[in-house]
Amino acid sequence: MRLEPIADPSLARRLLPPVLAIAGSFLVASLLALIAGGNPLAVFGAIIKGAVGSKFALLETLNRATPLIFTGLAVAVAFRAKLWNIGAEAQLYAGAVVTAVLGTGVLQWPAALLLPTIAILSMLAGALLLLGPALLKTRLGVDEVVTTLLLNFIFLLFVSYLLEGPLKDPMGMGWPKSPRLIEEARLPRIVEGLRLHWGFVLALIAAVALWIINTRTTLGFEMRAVGQNAEAARFAGMPVTGVILKTALLSGGLAALAGFSEVSGLKGSLTLDISPGYGYTGIVVAMLALLHPLGVVAAALFVAAIFVGANAMSRALDVPTYLADIMLASALLMMVLAILLTKFRVVRD
Amino acid sequence: MDIFEILTSAAFWAAAIRIASPLIFATMGELICERAGVLNLGIEGIMVAGAFAGWIAVWAGLPLWGGVAVAFVTGMAFGLLHGIFSVPFGLSQHVVGIGVTLLATSLTFYTYRVVLPEVSSPPKITAFQPVEIPLLSKIPLIGPALFNQTPLTYAAFILVGLVALVLYRTPLGLAVRAAGESPSAVAAQGLSVTAIRMGAVIVGSGFMAVGGAFLTLSAFDSFFFDMVNGRGWICIALVVFGVWKPGKALLGAILFAAFDALQIRLQQTTIGAVVPYQLFLMLPYILSILALVLMSRRAEVPAALMVPFNKGER
Amino acid sequence: MTGKAQAQTVLRLSHITKHFGALTANDDVSFELKRGEVIALLGENGAGKTTLMNILFGQYTADAGEVEVFGQTLPPGNPRAALDAGVGMVHQHFTLAGNLTVWENIVLGTQALGALRLDAKAAKAKIAALSKRFHLAVDPESKVGRLSVGERQRVEILKALYREARILILDEPTAVLTPQESDALFATLREAVGQGLSVVFISHKLHEVMAISDRTVVLRHGKLVAERATSETSREELAALMVDGEVSAPKIEAMPPGPALMRLAGVSTKGEGRAPGLHAVDLTLHAGQITGLAGVSGNGQKALSDLISGLANPVSGRFEIAGEPVTDWSPRRALARKIGRIPEDRHHTGTIADFDLTENAVLETYARDFARHGWMDWKGARAQAEGLIGTYDVRCPGPDTRIRLLSGGNMQKLILGRVLETAPRIILANQPVRGLDIGAVNYVHGRLAEAREKGAAVLLISEDLDEIMKLSDVIHVISEGRLSPGFARGTMRADELGQWMAGEGFAQPTEAAHAS
Repeated sequence: MRLEPIADPSLARRLLPPVLAIAGSFLVASLLALIAGGNPLAVFGAIIKGAVGSKFALLETLNRATPLIFTGLAVAVAFRAKLWNIGAEAQLYAGAVVTAVLGTGVLQWPAALLLPTIAILSMLAGALLLLGPALLKTRLGVDEVVTTLLLNFIFLLFVSYLLEGPLKDPMGMGWPKSPRLIEEARLPRIVEGLRLHWGFVLALIAAVALWIINTRTTLGFEMRAVGQNAEAARFAGMPVTGVILKTALLSGGLAALAGFSEVSGLKGSLTLDISPGYGYTGIVVAMLALLHPLGVVAAALFVAAIFVGANAMSRALDVPTYLADIMLASALLMMVLAILLTKFRVVRD
Repeated sequence: MDIFEILTSAAFWAAAIRIASPLIFATMGELICERAGVLNLGIEGIMVAGAFAGWIAVWAGLPLWGGVAVAFVTGMAFGLLHGIFSVPFGLSQHVVGIGVTLLATSLTFYTYRVVLPEVSSPPKITAFQPVEIPLLSKIPLIGPALFNQTPLTYAAFILVGLVALVLYRTPLGLAVRAAGESPSAVAAQGLSVTAIRMGAVIVGSGFMAVGGAFLTLSAFDSFFFDMVNGRGWICIALVVFGVWKPGKALLGAILFAAFDALQIRLQQTTIGAVVPYQLFLMLPYILSILALVLMSRRAEVPAALMVPFNKGER
Repeated sequence: MTGKAQAQTVLRLSHITKHFGALTANDDVSFELKRGEVIALLGENGAGKTTLMNILFGQYTADAGEVEVFGQTLPPGNPRAALDAGVGMVHQHFTLAGNLTVWENIVLGTQALGALRLDAKAAKAKIAALSKRFHLAVDPESKVGRLSVGERQRVEILKALYREARILILDEPTAVLTPQESDALFATLREAVGQGLSVVFISHKLHEVMAISDRTVVLRHGKLVAERATSETSREELAALMVDGEVSAPKIEAMPPGPALMRLAGVSTKGEGRAPGLHAVDLTLHAGQITGLAGVSGNGQKALSDLISGLANPVSGRFEIAGEPVTDWSPRRALARKIGRIPEDRHHTGTIADFDLTENAVLETYARDFARHGWMDWKGARAQAEGLIGTYDVRCPGPDTRIRLLSGGNMQKLILGRVLETAPRIILANQPVRGLDIGAVNYVHGRLAEAREKGAAVLLISEDLDEIMKLSDVIHVISEGRLSPGFARGTMRADELGQWMAGEGFAQPTEAAHAS
């Protein structure tokens, strides 16, 4: 048995992978739900109801999707240039730290000035955090997967130190959390009374912006070229190293916006648990989206719905909420397999 | 206690060897995979799964070595999954590895909750106990450090010798090394690259899982969610640090564990009073990155690492 | 090696057919090999020779037809079965693991994988005996990565002999050898045949075919078009059989050389792995001239091409373009200095396979001509691609087609168009027609000649001496990174150039002289 390339796959064939991957992950989840003693139909019913069954549920899903759009975009832009950034988690926290530091009254500016400043400096922090591994990759050839992964642990310990030391809220009753942000540093709600903040809109804007960058700018062209064939890109005169570094800055910045949005929009202060692995889940989101920025939005909504729904389901039925994580992990694996099958067909020898 | 005192105490080195043991298992597992040409980033999740599987098996009534065997088989199962995706299908080893880690981790946590619903703290088992080796354990410093460990630690050291022996002294080892160096050479000699690589990934993953099981069956006596805590990623750095050679990787693991043991002890000293403990906890990860940077100039990477092999490709 | 008409048939290929997608690589090919015979499998690049041998060896599976060795039909797609039946193959691209030793490479796969011990001693003894018997000198303990190309080939042959191969298949074995090394190889093959082995010798070089083979089988476009006893045919007949139509080299009218556009004086560059760098190279490219670079592959062609295309910087010496010294050299600077580059590997260096024609058409010029303030001008780019498709006769569905779907010839036309559209002063053409069909070859040659007439300085790098001699005003020979003086058109015969290619005539002795 071997694989034979398909010259020009049809559109249907190219759009098939996400569908197959999602279907496959549902199948895996059904089996596991059965093992745990749950009826799969009831489980999925509860998940859907929990995710979109009420106004509250829907808003919760949108809120949960917000950081996932950012980390998904961060991973998508990096992976497209074959920069394997697995460190979105740390970059997210970098943005969160900057937000917590600058948003607690150090700068007494009006919101219109303060929020953009914090957002930009957050991005800068995340960008710089990925620049290190990117430089190690381009200069010394050190695999960025391992360095970005290790940086996640290092940075989380750093955040833990901050929260128990310099950033500790004196009124926090001993909890490792930062003081609450001042009102000017909070992303307002889109509609008063509804628990959804402007971070979501910012995420949508980021997705569209990245889409435009990818398709309309020289940087987008260069990032795609470097990802597809760095040798040809270098021969054609593209600044390959520079493109990789720019990609790293963009990717780290996008991931950091997730931290900014969570602290400034949703939580109002920094704790060690603002991200239950959004950085890692961003990989699943990006892969499900076939690395397309607009696809990231759809994938993030889907993934958020699974998480929110699974939480509700787990409360209602005796099936652990980790079912959601399994679904996403298996969706990721099936996705890469399904992508392969759009480009190749299996030929029997 | 000053540093010199720490470094000359047998208890310190005994702790270092203990800390090194799970790393040795998992590093050997990763090394086998990489020598055959497959980077296995599933290692972190496979260690989690192994830690849980071994422990739950013993909790359910199996003997300790039965638990080790269950962990090994669990690891092999995830290795099979990784292998199918990365070897015959030739999919990105980066993405597949991350996928396997996420899957193994979430499956473990799910199973834990299904098997032990609503327990506040995980039950304990009776873990491996240190076994003193007669005579050898009487050697000053080295004796108590090396020869008063649990059987699983001894097994880790034996494994290193075994891996080296197989890699360098058997036809199978030659085939594995060649598969990571030049798969076309292997195919031209009538061997199946796919079979060799699959085998390496499956067996290697088994050892990774045993590394995880060491944590629950020997180092501690229970299972916690965050107990692997990046050890898998550290092992990947250790393979690089050991330039893909079992002996050097072993030394790397011990050196690394010694630093880890040292930082734990330093936290108790006067230095520990001024330096935040998080900095000490960061050290292993920082050391790993340093190791990668230090070794980056050495071009001894298996030439076909991460290069999929397809026969009939043109 | 004649007079064996009654000899046993050791290998029989019957009706082998193989398709790759739309391409028919082998079309109903049949022939037989007798004991103690050397068959030459002759054909152009892309005629299907290698595919056929890969099917014989079980690395590909034929769509139809079968392979019989010593009367036994081989199961398809199983190299192991071919090896066990006594077939040994020396691939064009060696299949050796560089960081294993010679004996490890040879022994690989010959001892049971379940065995508890690798029997190194017996293996080394056997290798030593074989080396002696077939005059294949090589140190079994050295790492293959450190061997010369000629030595590696000996290891490949030893691999086959170690497994007691009775049939040896050699795929373009001389492509990487100097004439002297080729002679040594031929001596080994004669020795082997004398001891009862049979050989299939794949080549596209007529003089080799005439020198070594008993019979010649000619492939063209995947079809077997002729089978001749070598003693009863001629180079001329074989050439006509092999080539479909004439290679009609464009007429190169004598022209006075124009001003010097590029000058290298004593330039040295770093080698890369096993590929040599340049050693104190002097070279001047004049406007209105085609300068040909002849040489055995792997002798520094890549180093020179990398230097001129901007991928490498000189370590020492003077490098001037239009009288100005070159500093801080890069592909982008090379483009800015009006150097057009046709790379050796059009699939991996010249184009990005999954990009469409529009994107590939502007790969080198997007920043300057098709972008403003960082925004791409896709409309302009598309128009550019359409223009190239029309002007350079690129056969394709349209500018949105992914370039991987194009044939080699059409891909090369797009690259050629991309280069010529920028009106380059200097053109680097590295193996511009390798693997192309005759029509495309003539087209590319014609365009290069045209550029010369318009006053461009062309550097033509090729391993095909005929191509070099037909097109060049001046010929240099490269050997181990050193460059011969320039020989004006018509002043050197092919065999004289061949001696330079073998490394003779160079003033200073080379550091990397082969131990062989």
